[in-house]
Amino acid sequence: MADLLIELFSEEIPARMQARAREDLKKLVTDGLVEAGLTYRSAGAFSTPRRLTLAIEGLSAHSPTTREERKGPRTDAPEAALEGFLRSTGLTRDQLEARDDKKGQVWFATITRPGRPAADIVAEVLEAAIRNFPWPKSMRWGAGHLRWVRPLHSILCLLTDESGASVVPLEIEGIRASNTTRGHRFMAPEEFTVSGFDDYAAKLRRARVMLDSAEREAAIRQEAANLAFARGWEIVPDEGLLTEVAGLVEWPVPLMGAIEDRFLSLPPEVLQTSMKEHQKFFSARNPKSGRIEGFVTVANIETSDQGETILKGNQRVLAARLSDAAFFWENDLREARSGMTDWAEGLKAVTFQSRLGSQADRITRIAALARQIAPLVGADADQAEQAARVAKLDLRSAMVGEFPELQGIMGRYYALEAGLPAAVADAARDHYSPLGPSDAVPSAPVSVAVALADKLDTLTGFWAIDEKPTGSKDPFALRRAALGVIRLVLVNGARLGLSELFRLFGEAHLAALTPGQGDQQIATLQNDLLAFFHDRLKVHLRDQGIRHDIIDAVLNMPGSDDLVLLVNRATALNDVLRTDDGTNLLQGLKRAGNILAQAEDKDGVEYSFGADPKFAETDEERALFAALDQAEPAIRNAVTGEDFPAAMQAIAALRAPIDAFFEAVQINTDNQIVRRNRLNLLSRIREAGRLIADFGRIEG
Amino acid sequence: MTSPKDNQTAKPVCFQDVILRLQSYWAAQGCAVLQPYDMEVGAGTFHPATTLRSLGARPWAAAYVQPSRRPTDGRYGENPNRLQHYYQYQVIIKPSPPNLQELYLGSLAAIGLDPMIHDVRFVEDDWESPTLGAWGLGWEVWCDGMEVSQFTYFQQVGGHDCRPVSGELTYGLERLAMYVLGVEHVMDMPFNHPDSPIPLTYGDIFRQAEREYSRWNFEQADTEMLLRHFEDAEAECERILTTAETDAAGRQIPMAHPAYDQAIKASHLFNLLDARGVISVTERQAYIGRVRALAKRCADLFVTTSAATGEPLPAFPAGA
Repeated sequence: MADLLIELFSEEIPARMQARAREDLKKLVTDGLVEAGLTYRSAGAFSTPRRLTLAIEGLSAHSPTTREERKGPRTDAPEAALEGFLRSTGLTRDQLEARDDKKGQVWFATITRPGRPAADIVAEVLEAAIRNFPWPKSMRWGAGHLRWVRPLHSILCLLTDESGASVVPLEIEGIRASNTTRGHRFMAPEEFTVSGFDDYAAKLRRARVMLDSAEREAAIRQEAANLAFARGWEIVPDEGLLTEVAGLVEWPVPLMGAIEDRFLSLPPEVLQTSMKEHQKFFSARNPKSGRIEGFVTVANIETSDQGETILKGNQRVLAARLSDAAFFWENDLREARSGMTDWAEGLKAVTFQSRLGSQADRITRIAALARQIAPLVGADADQAEQAARVAKLDLRSAMVGEFPELQGIMGRYYALEAGLPAAVADAARDHYSPLGPSDAVPSAPVSVAVALADKLDTLTGFWAIDEKPTGSKDPFALRRAALGVIRLVLVNGARLGLSELFRLFGEAHLAALTPGQGDQQIATLQNDLLAFFHDRLKVHLRDQGIRHDIIDAVLNMPGSDDLVLLVNRATALNDVLRTDDGTNLLQGLKRAGNILAQAEDKDGVEYSFGADPKFAETDEERALFAALDQAEPAIRNAVTGEDFPAAMQAIAALRAPIDAFFEAVQINTDNQIVRRNRLNLLSRIREAGRLIADFGRIEG
Repeated sequence: MTSPKDNQTAKPVCFQDVILRLQSYWAAQGCAVLQPYDMEVGAGTFHPATTLRSLGARPWAAAYVQPSRRPTDGRYGENPNRLQHYYQYQVIIKPSPPNLQELYLGSLAAIGLDPMIHDVRFVEDDWESPTLGAWGLGWEVWCDGMEVSQFTYFQQVGGHDCRPVSGELTYGLERLAMYVLGVEHVMDMPFNHPDSPIPLTYGDIFRQAEREYSRWNFEQADTEMLLRHFEDAEAECERILTTAETDAAGRQIPMAHPAYDQAIKASHLFNLLDARGVISVTERQAYIGRVRALAKRCADLFVTTSAATGEPLPAFPAGA
């Protein structure tokens, strides 16, 4: 058994690529070793900005010797056949063995492949891994041909067993593997040798390198929290930033500073975004004031002045950045107070999409449609229209120009500054939501109206110009927009017929695109987009545990463009099918459906009317008549009242009579009157089912 | 005044001190210290010493100051950090030496940024110039949270793979010097030694010009004329590139450099048009594409010449 240590030492690896690179190195090397017949106990990968490291424990010293037996030609076969066999096995004639076989004497060869030492295999596998490493972007340097993420400087490759450590002989494009590495770029740049992983990690630590990114993250988190605590602040958590910063340093040294008073009136989102995006600072919040008052920067070095120069430099850069932000903020506020008319004017020059007009055109459409949606979601129509008109004006503000991720957030501040109602300002902030599948869904009526109008305008627009998502391509995030609409509707229980909205929105687009054409295009758009919504809905509901076939069974029911109704129906159906009654009922309904379909096929008529209890011959038939008499109005009433659980209960009551009926009654009798009557009775079952769903589409 | 010896250890005291130290440093590393290119360019990369010389197999090492013009960055001399005319320091070495990072860090030390008390970091930043059809991988170099240089390994220029690869270093001189000198407003920065008989600040030299150019760039430049000149430059570039390589006397003289000058001209004219706000978002891409097409064709021609290949220049026919 041996341990293997690999370190690939390079110029600075982008932080965002390190986690993936660790996994790739581990997989490429361990897969290669296993493929070549070696086994290992455990493997761990590490990264710093300048190194990728893999430590493998318990690696077998050799690959196993393998034996393969191969059957050759008959002993009396022509010489040429035997020669061919010898060539293909690499053996000589005296190494063959003649054995009796069904067809007489046959040559057998036993090919032995001796195991190979681990070092040979490691050298091959590592070279292949380096040459084929899947960096998202790689480069060449100098006059060489090797590709790596940045210039690769050295390779440490060491096998250690009871007898000691030995360098794996390996050379790639002039880089010869060794047992040496270097420490921190500035604090310990000297080369040193290592004898194994423990020695390596310990010496690196002495050379001011924390090998494990998780440890660096923990150290940053802890020290930043301590620094903040000492000032009575708390760090605003940001895991993404933490991972990134841990990938930028080998020896994290958090330093804390205060934001100058003159910048504290900036919105906290602005402070946080500016510090994070430009400088990779963590924000520190004063829990008493709720304001962002400080920051933590993470240096990569311990200095003789305890970071004073570094902190001063960072403060200076921050001041310059925040001066810019303050300048934007004050200019923007002035524009907001004057009613944002310049911004509205400016959006006329901003193209939304070449065929869908400018942002200003878009706002005009959304405003008109938000008005129409408003009453459906309980919003004031005037406010919804007003909110739609101002919600996107911040796109022209200097602050959003600088920080696009603050769109909406700034919109709210500016709307308030313009003296608009809180509901309107909130809609400016919230109308982009929900963005992701776990994003919070707005519930304020005005926000909901504008959010729906915004997304529906986008969807119908791209449908009108036939730019739909295909396969993995969805450049305009239309799937996300549709899911946004679905969640807005469902979470808020908004009762609206999407088809009608598609028509309203689609007409607005088509009128501009292809004036004079119309009805047919609109109908196509409506149907096509509704089908797209139904697909997205299936994905959404599948995540909530509702099967796709159950959704298929309700899609063709009336009102399927009312997603709340559709989902209520599907949920009730899903629930009832989880019960015994439900599954048996499903079988009964399907059986009735199948028998009817066969008979109708054979007779060329549709059995749909006229079942009469007077032709019933058995108790079970009469019982089924009675049960249907009772169930039908109950189902109908429940469906009309949209009480799907009650409808399910009512239809589930048919289970026993249907079962008994099929148990006792032969449909196809010689008496044609009785047969027809029974088929018509089955059609009453089918109709009862159809009031609820298309049961034929349900599997099982 | 400080003696030359003090100069090696003490911090620089003025803008030109920073420049002179970089010049001496890179000269000592064996770079040819060139002079700025005598045309209006947006960045040091446009100098043919970088754009063209990064192509082909011939080894190359050059360093130079390049006055750069970005008309849209003009702020009438009022902004502490923004200028429409500024200086870049550019180093280009082909093939990139294995110790380029160390050489670069040495240059920071030479201008008084001791990496033992500052926080110097290489932060991912891939460089791309759509106008030059060029890209490379590298970093922005951060010193105490401030970007002080761009460090790039060229992978492609003018649509050609760089073999070997050049290492390019670009320093934003004003910003770097302001940091080293501890100055808050660029116009306050001493240009020559503050103890000189006639001390001059950056503002003494450039404030008036910044105002004048900002006005001309944003308000006054004749856009019809600029557009015409753009088209003239484009046409002349194409004409040069399609002219036979052999002249009337039978001498083979391709004209990659004169053609490239026209591409540079077109690029600057585009920047001026952009500053005048007459180029829409959609047109922008088209203009950039036109300049890129020129730059690519200049590169296509340059790679065939001896300046790129290192082969001797073709001899003129006898009697020519």
